[in-house]
Amino acid sequence: MNDTNHHIISYTKLTSVWLTLLALTGLTIWVSGLDLGVNRVWGALAIASLKSGLVIAFFMHMKYEDKLLRWLLFVALLTLAIFIGFTFFDVLYR
Amino acid sequence: MNPQKLPQSSFWNDTGKTGITSWIFSTDHKRIGLLYFYSVLGFFLIAVCLGLLLRIELMAPGRTIMGPQTYNALFTVHGVIMVFLFIIPGFPGAFGNLIMPIQIGARDVAFPRLNLFSWWLYMLGAVIIITALFTGSGPPDTGWTFYVPFSTRTGTNVSLAVFGVFIIGFSSILTGLNFVTTIHRLRAEGMTWTRLPLFVWSLYATAWVQILATPILGITLALVIAERMLGTGLFDAARGGDPIMYQHLFWIYSHPAVYIMILPAMGVISEIIPVFSRKPVFGYKMIAFSSVAIAAAGSLVWGHHMFTSGMSDTAVLVFSFLTFVVAIPSAIKVFNWVSTLYKGSISLEAPMLFALSFLLLFSIGGLTGLILGAAATDIHVHDTQFVVGHFHYVIFGGSGFAFFGAMHYWLPKFYGRRYKEKPALIAWSMMFVGFNITYFCMMVLGMKGMPRRYYDYLPEFAPLNLASTLGSWLLALGLILLLVNLFRGLLRGEPFSGNPWGGATLEWSVATPPPTENFEEEPVVTHGPYDFKSTGIP
Repeated sequence: MNDTNHHIISYTKLTSVWLTLLALTGLTIWVSGLDLGVNRVWGALAIASLKSGLVIAFFMHMKYEDKLLRWLLFVALLTLAIFIGFTFFDVLYR
Repeated sequence: MNPQKLPQSSFWNDTGKTGITSWIFSTDHKRIGLLYFYSVLGFFLIAVCLGLLLRIELMAPGRTIMGPQTYNALFTVHGVIMVFLFIIPGFPGAFGNLIMPIQIGARDVAFPRLNLFSWWLYMLGAVIIITALFTGSGPPDTGWTFYVPFSTRTGTNVSLAVFGVFIIGFSSILTGLNFVTTIHRLRAEGMTWTRLPLFVWSLYATAWVQILATPILGITLALVIAERMLGTGLFDAARGGDPIMYQHLFWIYSHPAVYIMILPAMGVISEIIPVFSRKPVFGYKMIAFSSVAIAAAGSLVWGHHMFTSGMSDTAVLVFSFLTFVVAIPSAIKVFNWVSTLYKGSISLEAPMLFALSFLLLFSIGGLTGLILGAAATDIHVHDTQFVVGHFHYVIFGGSGFAFFGAMHYWLPKFYGRRYKEKPALIAWSMMFVGFNITYFCMMVLGMKGMPRRYYDYLPEFAPLNLASTLGSWLLALGLILLLVNLFRGLLRGEPFSGNPWGGATLEWSVATPPPTENFEEEPVVTHGPYDFKSTGIP
C-alpha cells in the first residue's frame, strides 16, 4: 500500500459535504410528505443513493483512491442493487 | 504437541514463546489456523453427538428417547452449530489460514491482528450461542433458519442465539476482507493470477461471498431481535409487514453461504486430485473461473428455497431458471476433475479416497438439488426428509469429506508426523458406507412423503428410518477411528518430512513443519502450481 499518496480533504470541503447531506435529509423528509404514489419509493431511494454516494466519495475518500478499490466498491454496490432488484421479481408480481 | 520432540526449529517453537497465551494472542496465521481448526472440530463433534441423538429418536415410531420440544431444540442446535460454528468458518478459518499465505508465497496474511480478532469474535459468538442453550427459557426451537413468525413469537432463547450468530457474521466478514486483501497484495514475485493454486482461487471467490452476503444476514438477524424486543412489526402482515421478506433476506445470505461451505472444499479437491493422479489439473483456467462463476451465480438463486412460501410465480420462474445456471460451472469442475484422473497414475491414499468420494457424493447432492430447483418437483418434496438427505450429500458428503481429505493431506505438514494408512482406509470405508446408508434412506423417505423436523412418523416409514439410524452409527464409528488414527499419528507417528505426496505448490517447498516466517528468503515463482515436471517431481 502506498501511504505517501494519502489525500487530505480540506475542512471547507468536508463541511460543504456535511451541509449538503443535511439538506438532502431535509429533502427526504419533505418528499415523504408528497403524494407521489409508487414513485415515493424511487424518490427516497434516489436521495439515499445520492447521500451515500457523497459519503463514499468524500468521507471514505473513494474519489481519491486508485481504480482497483473503486472497482471493488462498485462490485459491492452492484451486488446490493441486484439483491434488491431481484427481490422485486416477487414483490412487484405477487 | 511436545515441541521438544520435533525434528527441527519450526513455528511450534522458534519464537521461544510457550503456554496458552502464545496461542490465543498469536498473530501467526498458522497458529490462528490451528486455533480455528481445533475450535471448529470441537463444535463439529458436539453437533455430531446431537445428530446421533436425533437419529436415535427417529429409530422407531413414537417417542424413543425424547419428546417433541427436545427434538425441536436438538435439530435447531445441531443445525446452528454445524452451519455457523463448523462448516462456514471451517475451511477459510482453519485451512485457509494454515495454507493460503504459504501457497501464495507470503509470510502472513495482510492484517494479522485482524485475523486474530476474527478468531476471538468467532469464539465470542460461539460462547453466546452455547450460553443461549442453558439460559433463559430453553434452547431455541426454530430450526437453524429462524423463520418468522415463529422465531419472533416463541418463548425460547432465540434472541441470544441470534445475537451469537450476528457476532460470528463479523468474524466471517473480517476473514473475507483479510483474504481478498492478502491475495491481491501479498503474492510472491512471479505468482501471477494464472499461477495461483486452485485452493487460493476458491478462497478468493469465497471471501467475496463472505464480504458481500454476510452483512445481509447481520441486518436480518438484528431485525429479528428488534421484532422480538420492540415489536416493530416489520415481518407481521397484520401490521403492514411482510413475513416473506424475512425469507428473502435470510436466503440472500444463506444460499450463498452454501458456497462459503462448498467452494473451498472444491479448492481442496482441486489440490488433491492432480497430486494423487500425477497429472497437471485439466482445465486450470476453467476451474479457477468457475469458482468465481459459482460465487456470482450462486448469489442470485436464493428464491429456490421459497417456492412454496407464497412468492410470486414470476419470481419462481426466474429463480428456478437461475438455479439451473449454477449447475453449469459446478459441472465444469466435476468434468475437469474426472478428466484430470483420466490416464493418471492414481495413488489411492487417504486424501485421494476422500477426494474421490467427494466427486460421487457431491454429484449426487448436486443432481438431487436440481429436483429441488425445478418448481414442480420441489413442491412435492419441499420440507421433507429428501431435503435433509440432499443437503447432507452436498455439505457432509461434499464439504465434510473434503475437510477430512484436507486433514489427511495437510495436517502432517504442520506436525511433521503422519498417520497410519491402513486404519485411515478402514475409517474412510466405514464412513463412506455409513454415510450413504444414513442419507440415501432419508432421500427415499422424503420421496415417500415423510416430512422433516417431525419427531414421530407413520409406521410405514419405520424400516428405512431404522436403516438410516444404523448407518449413522457406522458413520460415527468410522469418524472415531479416523480421528484416533489421525491424531495419534500426528503426535506419535512416523516422521513426515520433505514432499512425500509430491505436490508442486509452494507449501511443499518449505520446511516441515514450516518456520514462523514460512520462507527463509522470499520465493520467486517460475512455474504453475501443478507443473510437476518443472519441479523435478517424478
